[in-house]
Amino acid sequence: MTKAQLKEDLRLYWYKFSRNKLSVVGLCIVLLSILCAIFAEIITPYPQHAKEFVDFNQASLAPCRAFICGTDIFGRDIFTRLIFSCRGALSMTVVVLSISVPIGVFLGLIAGYYHGTWADTIIMRTADVFLSLPSLMLAMAIAAVLKPGMRSSMIAVTAMWWPWYTRQVYGMASSLRNEYFVKNAELIGASRLHILFREILPNCLSSVFTKMALDVGWVILIGASLSFVGLGEQPPTPAFGQMISEGARYMPDLWWMTVFPALAIAFIILGFNFFGDGIRDMLERGR
Amino acid sequence: MNEHLLDIRNLKTWYRTYQGYAQVVDGVNLTIDAGKKIGIVGESGCGKTTTMKSVLRVLDERKAYLPEGEILFKNQNILKMRETELQQIRRKNISMISQEPSAALNPVFTVGQQIFDVISYSKQDDTAKNKKELTDIAIKAIRDVFIPDPERILECYPHQLSGGMKQRICIAMALVTPRELLIADEPGTALDVTIQDQIHRLLRALVDEKQTALIMITHSLGVVRELVDQIYVMYAGNIVEVATTNELFKNPLHPYTRGLMDCVPRLSGGGISAGIYGYVPDYVHPTPGCRFSPRCPYVKEICRVQKPLMLEVSEGHTVACFRYTDSFTEQHRQEESIGERA
Repeated sequence: MTKAQLKEDLRLYWYKFSRNKLSVVGLCIVLLSILCAIFAEIITPYPQHAKEFVDFNQASLAPCRAFICGTDIFGRDIFTRLIFSCRGALSMTVVVLSISVPIGVFLGLIAGYYHGTWADTIIMRTADVFLSLPSLMLAMAIAAVLKPGMRSSMIAVTAMWWPWYTRQVYGMASSLRNEYFVKNAELIGASRLHILFREILPNCLSSVFTKMALDVGWVILIGASLSFVGLGEQPPTPAFGQMISEGARYMPDLWWMTVFPALAIAFIILGFNFFGDGIRDMLERGR
Repeated sequence: MNEHLLDIRNLKTWYRTYQGYAQVVDGVNLTIDAGKKIGIVGESGCGKTTTMKSVLRVLDERKAYLPEGEILFKNQNILKMRETELQQIRRKNISMISQEPSAALNPVFTVGQQIFDVISYSKQDDTAKNKKELTDIAIKAIRDVFIPDPERILECYPHQLSGGMKQRICIAMALVTPRELLIADEPGTALDVTIQDQIHRLLRALVDEKQTALIMITHSLGVVRELVDQIYVMYAGNIVEVATTNELFKNPLHPYTRGLMDCVPRLSGGGISAGIYGYVPDYVHPTPGCRFSPRCPYVKEICRVQKPLMLEVSEGHTVACFRYTDSFTEQHRQEESIGERA
């Protein structure tokens, strides 16, 4: 593909993406939160507050000029801790999606292409078992069995996330396998791998990407829920859910301890959902 | 026994349905020699495509059941082959053009990439091909099917091309590497008449040029008349008449063939012909006799109970019909001719 063509393609994608202004807003929020997560030490006024830090002289301060979101009962700046929580939440999303999506998509492809065989039965019934349990309950159960912490919450969310992708790709693959171009590939003597990864997979990818973009918000939310019940990131490292649950004890007097983390979650999830909608518009066929 | 390129013997292909087996192909015999062109003619649903799909074994193995028969390609039985051997045949020896050109191309890859795939799978000569050589071969193949500006076409996605162009691309893909046998499954069906005609001419020219054997599947007698040397008329899973093209048009014997001929509208004729009364029969519970008997205007008692065998009427002209057997008396024929005149 030539350079000019690539440029043309990118322009078309941007055109489709930016037709909806909300997607652009979403993109901004996404970029902002990614930047915050990467450069947390530079952006935040008190990076040491994200670790073990106690200063009762400045404890429980309401939002003011020095602490724009106020401080918690140990005197730590809430704004700083929010930015650092962002880092945890996003890294969790990246890990969860980059493990669960390839696994889910691969299993879905196999099950879909070998539709109606024992491979299909084993994979899809296993996926059904995972899907039949309420997702948060399952994640909590897994996270509770393992040692509480960031890693076990990642494992828990990954374990409950792959079946969604398996289901989606399964549905597409099992209808694509009957398409003429797949039959045609069989006719020219293409190998199984070629048919799975060159003929069927590329036709599923746009919906997988769309789902991924829309799922980021949900992974953050599930992660926050886990840390709210104490199964996520352990103190003193900050996390959204953990900050909310801590602050909830001091409602309504120290309202800033709860309200700001909650707003931050809402803000990020909203941003990712708008962004996901934009991705969907972008990857839709046609102009 | 002289060796045929493809020799289908008593092939039966059944489909599993909830009512029982649908006996869609019921004892088909067909031979084709290298470089020859044959046509299979019959109405929709008579098992033409199923027969050809059986040849390349692209039927869904959980739904199709082949109780009997042999398909010999160069004296090797395709039906008994291992998957890898079959793959080699698909890669190097036989290619097929499907009915639906628009669906036969993967929408997410450019035409060029898909043609490269075909070339690299049929590694005819073992010299490693680089991108430049691949492109040259692909461009030549596209030029062969008379599409202008092949360089641009290689970069196009299927949705950017018209139906006729896609069908040409499919033909180009089927003939991009030398093959011994090309199966064309109604290549004109999805196209309008003028394009259809072009495609057929193109196909004939390419097949002649490359010395490929051709099996042309169609429901139109007009198409095969121009294209092929020998015609197999198929009805409801049976071959009912085989003859060279000229012989068949001069002297059609089977009542079904005659019916088909009458269906071709003539410019001089008076409107649309009556056609053949009735439909293709139920495949799950076929009659024990001749499958055309429920629709046959000349049906006799024996037709309903016994299956007619292929009978050689003259050199290279066989027909499966009791009308031409010796036991079918002169008297019957006279009755008929009186009926025809009246």
